[in-house]
Amino acid sequence: MHNLTPVSGLVGGALIGLASALLMLLTGRIAGISGIFAGLLTRGNGDAAWRLAFIAGLIAAPLLAALAGHALPAPAMPERVAVIAIGGLLVGFGTRMGSGCTSGHGVCGSARLSIRSITATVIFMVAAVLTVAIVRHGLGA
Amino acid sequence: MLAVFASFGSGLLFGAGLLVSGMTNPEKVLGFLDIFGEWDATLAFVMAGAVAVTAAGFTVARRRGMPLLATTLRWPTRHDIDAPLVGGAVLFGIGWGLVGLCPGPALVNLAGLSLPVIVFVVAMGLGMVGHDFWRDHELTSARSSEIRADG
Repeated sequence: MHNLTPVSGLVGGALIGLASALLMLLTGRIAGISGIFAGLLTRGNGDAAWRLAFIAGLIAAPLLAALAGHALPAPAMPERVAVIAIGGLLVGFGTRMGSGCTSGHGVCGSARLSIRSITATVIFMVAAVLTVAIVRHGLGA
Repeated sequence: MLAVFASFGSGLLFGAGLLVSGMTNPEKVLGFLDIFGEWDATLAFVMAGAVAVTAAGFTVARRRGMPLLATTLRWPTRHDIDAPLVGGAVLFGIGWGLVGLCPGPALVNLAGLSLPVIVFVVAMGLGMVGHDFWRDHELTSARSSEIRADG
């Protein structure tokens, strides 16, 4: 457990919560990021402005942090590009099919006590845990 | 127009939260998902903080009954647990477990312009568009077979 960072986790989580609460209080919308992003790609452009603005905000966060002297994010990714592409395809297809991801179902849906969202959250968590178990420890472990 | 600025502000705060919590780092996320390895419980603290503050804000929003910069609160209305919800969650979970990125952190990480992240986001977009194409095609073929059956 030496990697555990509970304080920054709680503070960062509270910021995520504040962002989701404000989007609802101000604009009446659920902060579901897969839905916001997909809407840009698959819908007419009648409501593209707020979607683009939200995503621009997401991308602006590390840029502003960089101005304050933090390094730009350089996440550790799988070495094989096929794994990255398959992972991306599954995340895109799955969140569209299941109507949400960690933000829309996991945070906003759980906060609404939605049985649909809580079910989806438990299922994608279990699927992810099993996937990591197989990738890192093999089927037999 | 104000609502567009508010959306930008919300995205900015959301991105800041993901950065502060360490959730833009796939290693940190995979550390949580790896319950058989050296387990890192941080993601549970992030979720707890996020859900608590969101629930408080949603309670205020419901009591007001109306958002400040728009005309209606768009609460999701469905309660059914159907096959697409379950199947979609399984597929998303597998992709999340393979790479350690879900849509929010993937988009925040775009700022670094690293090729692997760009590949992931493009694939994610293709998956979304591909899903809608597939669903529309399914619906169309289901409808045309109904017509044939009736004719």
